[in-house]
Amino acid sequence: MDPLIVASDLHKSFGSTHAVKGVSLSVRAGEAYGLVGPDGAGKTTTMRLLVGALSPDAGTAQVGGFDLQLRTEEARAGLGYLPQRFSLYGDLTVVENLQFFAQVRGVGSADFVKRAAELFKFVGLEGFEHRRADQLSGGMKQKLGLACALVHQPKVLLLDEPTGGVDPVTRQDFWQLIIRLLTEGTAVIISTPYMDEAARCSRIGFMHTGRLLVEGTLRELTASMAGRVLELAAHPKDTVKRTALADPDVEDVLTFGDRFHLRVKEAAGPLARLPGALAEAGATVERLRSVPPALEDVFISLLASSAKGN
Amino acid sequence: MRRLRALIRKEFTHMRRDPRTLVMILIMPILQLFLLGYISNDVRNISAVVFDQDNSRASRALLDAYRAADYFSLDYVAYSEADVTQLIDSGQARAGIIIPPSYGGDLAAGRSAEVAVLIDGSDPTIANAALSAATFVGQAHATNIRFQQLAVRGPAAVTAGLPFEVRTRVLYNPDLLSSYNIVPGLIGTILLFTTMGLTANAIVRERERGTIEQLIVTPIRNWELILAKITPFILVSMVDVVLILLVGTLWFGVPIRGSVLLLLALSGLYLLPNLGLGLLISTFARTQQEAQIVILPLMLPFWMLSGFIFPIAAMPAALQVISRFIPLTYFLVIVRSIVIKGVGIEILIPQIAALSIFAVLLLGIAALRFRKTLD
Repeated sequence: MDPLIVASDLHKSFGSTHAVKGVSLSVRAGEAYGLVGPDGAGKTTTMRLLVGALSPDAGTAQVGGFDLQLRTEEARAGLGYLPQRFSLYGDLTVVENLQFFAQVRGVGSADFVKRAAELFKFVGLEGFEHRRADQLSGGMKQKLGLACALVHQPKVLLLDEPTGGVDPVTRQDFWQLIIRLLTEGTAVIISTPYMDEAARCSRIGFMHTGRLLVEGTLRELTASMAGRVLELAAHPKDTVKRTALADPDVEDVLTFGDRFHLRVKEAAGPLARLPGALAEAGATVERLRSVPPALEDVFISLLASSAKGN
Repeated sequence: MRRLRALIRKEFTHMRRDPRTLVMILIMPILQLFLLGYISNDVRNISAVVFDQDNSRASRALLDAYRAADYFSLDYVAYSEADVTQLIDSGQARAGIIIPPSYGGDLAAGRSAEVAVLIDGSDPTIANAALSAATFVGQAHATNIRFQQLAVRGPAAVTAGLPFEVRTRVLYNPDLLSSYNIVPGLIGTILLFTTMGLTANAIVRERERGTIEQLIVTPIRNWELILAKITPFILVSMVDVVLILLVGTLWFGVPIRGSVLLLLALSGLYLLPNLGLGLLISTFARTQQEAQIVILPLMLPFWMLSGFIFPIAAMPAALQVISRFIPLTYFLVIVRSIVIKGVGIEILIPQIAALSIFAVLLLGIAALRFRKTLD
């Protein structure tokens, strides 16, 4: 099956800032692509290039086989987009917003009534149809945004940090909606700063300073770090951190709540040495064991090596 | 068409949900109408047309006296009274001096001669100055002649009274009421505000609120977006024109001598260069505040240099040149000519041509710069 959206070697600069440096990706029907990375990594610029809100300095993007630069309107016909910033009309009501985007997208007025009812039920905005959009809560605004982005039944959906500033329950709802869209065969690209959200995606791309550093499934990405993460529960914190970093095989110590994740060159050495060293330093060790790596471990290790590379 | 209809309907909904702006658009012209008073000014070099039917030494001496006095600049020579009124109708000349064929003969024979001065009353500031200058210069010259006659021929040969009399007649606005001037002028400035200012804001607002990002990914074309943005303001502007004319007529007693239909049609033409300017501003400004920063300094010279407040004739030459690049300058001539003088379209061809050129240029540049993207 051909991918529904393909980007190859996209570049974009703003003045002297090279915001996106050669991003390539492709997403198939039913696939969710998670674009993760810290703020300022170029996620939003990439999203905007993929919908044609910005024109790239170099590279191409295709949606449903249509080049976004050459056959812009055909390409966009299959595209739904939820920008990071609320981009609907606050002075229009919920149903007026949906109706406006339905009309400019060419959804017939006969179809609209049925489609509107479906969408409001789907996103959970029933009963709020006549409320003005600027009087909705943050989560409901995002749901309305999603409804408007879906009104013309797009094949490709781009969501730019859709769950930013949204409460955990609504975030959960939102993901249920995305999963349903995926089962209906929509291709979804979602950008997020949250690793737990990225982990739900079929494929994950990690962006940093305008580059896509790695890409793969959760399993592929974490495989590279298998056997290189130790979980350590011990206190007091300062002593533990200092002592752990002194070990020749420990590359990094990350605090995860009341525990530590140690990134190690290999597990056997530290597993043998650390309990003794920590006890000697006066720390109490509750637990030290090898654990499967989380996405966070992978990305922080990537960031560290890319920082060393620079 | 469906897209355009949806866009236009949306613009009207915005307008309905924001009644404060709407009230301001409709109340402002009335407020200004009452606020703007009479601003008097020293006027020199009033452009005049001369119809010298006598063409004698005596008549040339009289014209020299007018020339020397600096109030009039005798720019045109006419060969019929129709020419004189035509030049004044078109606004090229502000005054006409008509010397009868018998002028030289009457003076020589010691009879009293009559010289007619026609004055364009549509701009009361200029007309007032022209009126007093015409009378004053005429009387001074007549007194001169009287002294010469006395010296040459002695008191016996001279009739009682002055050797000639200047008869002045103010055209169009015999009482020289300034509301005649302010009311039509307001039509021009109000339309400037509603079209240029509000259009720029309406477009910039989409960018400022981020809604442009959602519009971009829809199949809406640039021209559809532009047309939808300006349509409500064109309608409101036309309501304003009618409102100003109504209050002007009913309250200030300004008669509308020309065709209201022609006035509305040419108001429509005048909207185009202003809309072009508004669009152009919107392509530069990212926030409404940025747009205001451009609009305010632009409005000021438009008001000051277009002849709305100060007569162009009273400006230094350099500013007069600038005034030619302001669409409002031409529209003021149009609206004053139609309302006060009642002239028809044939007189206004140069102004219509100027506005059309501005419209094509400004809208063209704006359309080229207008892009439905974020960069």
